Amino acid sequence: MMIKKIFTYLLLGISLCLSATAQAEDYVIDTKGMHAFIEFKVKHLGYSWLLGRFNKFDGTFSYDEKNPEKSKVQINVDIASLDSNHAERDKHLRSKDFFNVSKYPKASFVSLGYVNKGNGNGILTGKFTLRGVTKDIAIDVQQIGAGKDPWGGYRRGFMGKTTLHLSDYNMAKANILGPAAENVELALYIEGIRK
Amino acid sequence: MMWKDSTSSYGLVSILLHWFMAVLIIGLFALGVYMTDLNYYDPWYHKAPDIHRSIGVLVGVLLLLRLFWRQMNTHPASLGASWEKFLGRLAHYLFYILLLVIVISGYLITTADGQPVFVFDWFQLPATITRMENQEDRAGIIHAYIAYLVIMLVVIHTVASLKHHFINMDPTLVRMLGIKKRAKNQPPIHLQQENQ
Repeated sequence: MMIKKIFTYLLLGISLCLSATAQAEDYVIDTKGMHAFIEFKVKHLGYSWLLGRFNKFDGTFSYDEKNPEKSKVQINVDIASLDSNHAERDKHLRSKDFFNVSKYPKASFVSLGYVNKGNGNGILTGKFTLRGVTKDIAIDVQQIGAGKDPWGGYRRGFMGKTTLHLSDYNMAKANILGPAAENVELALYIEGIRK
Repeated sequence: MMWKDSTSSYGLVSILLHWFMAVLIIGLFALGVYMTDLNYYDPWYHKAPDIHRSIGVLVGVLLLLRLFWRQMNTHPASLGASWEKFLGRLAHYLFYILLLVIVISGYLITTADGQPVFVFDWFQLPATITRMENQEDRAGIIHAYIAYLVIMLVVIHTVASLKHHFINMDPTLVRMLGIKKRAKNQPPIHLQQENQ
């Protein structure tokens, strides 16, 4: 009787553990097949939008459909891969005047929490580090879709949007761009492949 | 004055190339230092680099012309002690190599993303080598350091020419000005040639 009870609890415990690991799915952001994009958008003189992107980054996330609040995201961005399709501008942005990539080559985001708003929407909060400055930011997240891919894997995609403030990151010459360039809109288009 | 160089004097083409390039190269350096520190809202923020790129291409063309002209001509013998002649030759080869590198590196900055170099509104120089790993940054570092080296060499070159003029009292400097008149206390040039 006693042995049977212990055995039952043990089995229950094992199955709980298994189900817990089975529910939180871990994903690697597909930067190998480049189904992920990090783009920024900043106003030029206040008259138009200037777009650019970071070509090199990597990251992982975990997502639990039944428990989205436990979602976690971690992304590293290679700042030197900045590309605004104009070499002289990119060179200037990488220089000491702005990103100073030789001293601060990476930016990173580590999530701390996720507020689920239903329908695959939510707000992801976390620590964002750029030029050695760490700020708490919130990213508006929208799930685009998830499912099996035709090649035997399973994929899940999100879009995230947030606004960064140029003056937060101690860039030597951020101010020369004028107040119109203070807000930088960051958009992340992320596709993960389930591990 | 002759167009071509002779064994005793420089011709008009060499003299014009020398002084024209001297002005342009020193001007490019000054403009380069000035323009990289301009405020974004400065009226010269776009104009200064436009002019810098255009004149840079012009210097590249003049450099090729000069190297060609140098090959096609005899030139006056260099004057002074053998170490002076050696250093003089070394400095000239260095000038040619550094100028070639600085022109090419400048071109590689501007064209790194495939955009052409606009030379005033005369013509465009198309991109060739593009999108190497951090091309514009690497070429930029080379461009900046070589620029300082060139200016150091300009200073050495100037000091050397003044040394020839005031201490050696030979016609090294005046013959580049197209002046045939001998320097003080010097025998006429044709006699110098005979004495050598």
